[in-house]
Amino acid sequence: MTTVASVSEETESSPYALSHLDALESEAVHIFREVAGEFERPVILFSGGKDSIVMLHLALKAFAPAAVPFTLLHVDTGHNFPEVLDYRDRTVERHGLRLHVASVQDYIDRGVLKERPDGTRNPLQTLPLTEKIQSERFDAVFGGGRRDEEKARAKERVFSLRDEFSQWDPRRQRPELWNLYNGRHAPGEHVRVFPLSNWTELDVWQYIAREGIELPEIYFAHEREVFQRSNMWLTAGEWGGPKDGETVEKRLVRYRTVGDMSCTGAVDSDATTLDAVINEIAASRLTERGATRADDKMSEAAMEDRKREGYF
Amino acid sequence: MTSTTEPTEPLSVEQLSATTLLRFATAGSVDDGKSTLVGRLLHDSKSILTDQLEAVEHASRNRGQDTPDLALLTDGLRAEREQGITIDVAYRYFATARRRFILADTPGHVQYTRNMVTGASTADLAVVLVDARNGVIEQTRRHAAVAALLRVPHVVLAVNKMDLVGYEESVFAAIAEEFTAYASELGVPEITAIPISALAGDNVVEPSANMDWYGGPTVLEHLETVPVSHDLAHCHARLPVQYVIRPQTAEHPDYRGYAGQIAAGSLRVGQEITVLPSGRTSTISGIDLLGEPVDIAWTPQSVTVLLKDDIDISRGDLIVPSKDAPATTQDVEATVCHVADEALTVGHRVLLKHGTRTVKAIVKDIPSRLTLDDLSLHPHPGRLVANDIGRVKIRTAEPLPVDSYADSRRTGAFILIDPSDGTTLTAGMVGESFAAPQPVKDESDDDGWDF
Repeated sequence: MTTVASVSEETESSPYALSHLDALESEAVHIFREVAGEFERPVILFSGGKDSIVMLHLALKAFAPAAVPFTLLHVDTGHNFPEVLDYRDRTVERHGLRLHVASVQDYIDRGVLKERPDGTRNPLQTLPLTEKIQSERFDAVFGGGRRDEEKARAKERVFSLRDEFSQWDPRRQRPELWNLYNGRHAPGEHVRVFPLSNWTELDVWQYIAREGIELPEIYFAHEREVFQRSNMWLTAGEWGGPKDGETVEKRLVRYRTVGDMSCTGAVDSDATTLDAVINEIAASRLTERGATRADDKMSEAAMEDRKREGYF
Repeated sequence: MTSTTEPTEPLSVEQLSATTLLRFATAGSVDDGKSTLVGRLLHDSKSILTDQLEAVEHASRNRGQDTPDLALLTDGLRAEREQGITIDVAYRYFATARRRFILADTPGHVQYTRNMVTGASTADLAVVLVDARNGVIEQTRRHAAVAALLRVPHVVLAVNKMDLVGYEESVFAAIAEEFTAYASELGVPEITAIPISALAGDNVVEPSANMDWYGGPTVLEHLETVPVSHDLAHCHARLPVQYVIRPQTAEHPDYRGYAGQIAAGSLRVGQEITVLPSGRTSTISGIDLLGEPVDIAWTPQSVTVLLKDDIDISRGDLIVPSKDAPATTQDVEATVCHVADEALTVGHRVLLKHGTRTVKAIVKDIPSRLTLDDLSLHPHPGRLVANDIGRVKIRTAEPLPVDSYADSRRTGAFILIDPSDGTTLTAGMVGESFAAPQPVKDESDDDGWDF
């Protein structure tokens, strides 16, 4: 007899109960395979952040020993952490994947998009993303969004229909019953697919630990030159910080999320290992978005509004 | 919530990774205290974090409310907050040392039967809330009927607001007895009644000091200990094929694996299998559990199955043990819940998705519509509108290996899709509606199935 999946403590009463990570993994793999079976041109949104890294890991497992039947798409804000870009390129090369890049900087250089006064480029990603989906005729776009992140996301479907402008209409979303996902869409429309819908931040970290997945080093505590803005520690850099009156200091920090440098904050942390990070999150009294994302602090419906417009 | 207990200590890494997953649904309205119950479960398990609570407090103050309105935590969409109603199923996540929970929080209002059906379709357990002052009302019966229709294995009756009836045992006992009798008659296999006060915290997380007469578990204790896996020995093994994995590389020139999530039962290496609908047979020569070879795998694991013989298998096929193969049919009789705004009518041409196969189909007949409040049947309604439950007869363009929903929730379920715009129209469950069936009398047609 070879090995079987890890079985949890409750073995006396239910020997076939899966651990929660096994159950979530199986569900995500099922979602990837449904998309491979029903769509022509799927793509994985890959930012080099932990959620997209876990997505890619699951996709690799879902189709092994064959190659992943999807390409990757990075929406590049131009304000990337160099460690993350480096990680992205190494990953693409190691797995022989094809990477598409939609560049916000290109849109700004061409005058199509204008830099915002606050320097934040997160909201500017929607147009390059939408146009890339249209020009490449992607019909399924995997996103790493999780329902635990934010209350508008809590009502998101696993298969989320978008019109030709990538817009999300909460009233047009289809009820999802059992695991019978409905991927029908008209030409020009596409479906956003969220394989990590039912995962929490802690699940993602536990899975990374269990699977031994490599992450960009900025997720672990390191010394960094930062300055304070809107109660967050932002990295000093060419993107436009610090401004007058903001002072740079060296602190021991790590990132809980990875996004645009201009609006992704670091948290004070001495967690240098996966176990330390997991303990830190389990004890944290702030959500990852509350702790690290300026763009979600804008209003009660900030995420809902961006989602309607076609955001991730 | 007026008072809350302090959050528990953070869990250790070991504790957190050794837990199982329970999917459950709550049904009830704001008036029953559902938001308070959900809020308390989330809060007392440390799942509402400071910034979320601050946001709710802030929004509540803006509305002129003195205490944080926990409904705002689950009402995620602007329209919901503006109208003060819950439109959609909200999924919530929390964990204790013993288990991870996925809560499908469904609005209880009458027009949202489809949301309850959606939430219950994946649930291992349903919590039905009643107000102790009102007892079992129409809405309670409807919730019990949805749980029974969807074959949710465990039902909890939470008799809430016990503080407002003086924590009287007799009040609880009468409600529990009436509900248990009703739900048992519908075939709900396990019912647990718990007297609670979500507001005061009695028997939600902590045992109540006000109801010494109650010796059972708190809501959370019950959620933590209810079994989540089924007795596989009595389940039909079913593997809907999602995708054929063929690397065609120098390293794996001949690898041909059939990928899918085991929908029911277990499969082992050496087992003789039949592929449906073709009827071809072979033997399982290997099972890959996401990169790990195993001898046995079971639901809901995602696996890749290898066969001894190179036979024609593609997406949409169903792999089953040869000894336990379902019959295939083009005539499906089912109980359905209509979920779309546009009506379902006799003669409607639709797509039917069953497992991983989508086929053309036509609605041949709608023998009856069922009123969930009193289980009365309305013969030949001609159409089903949103939130209607009814019986339908469907003819499919190709034979399907369907199970009775009573035997297998995954392979007895299907959805109907509008071929023109892709709308999900209807959720279907093959076979009789309830375990103790209310037979649909239809003398005009006797060529249906025997279930």
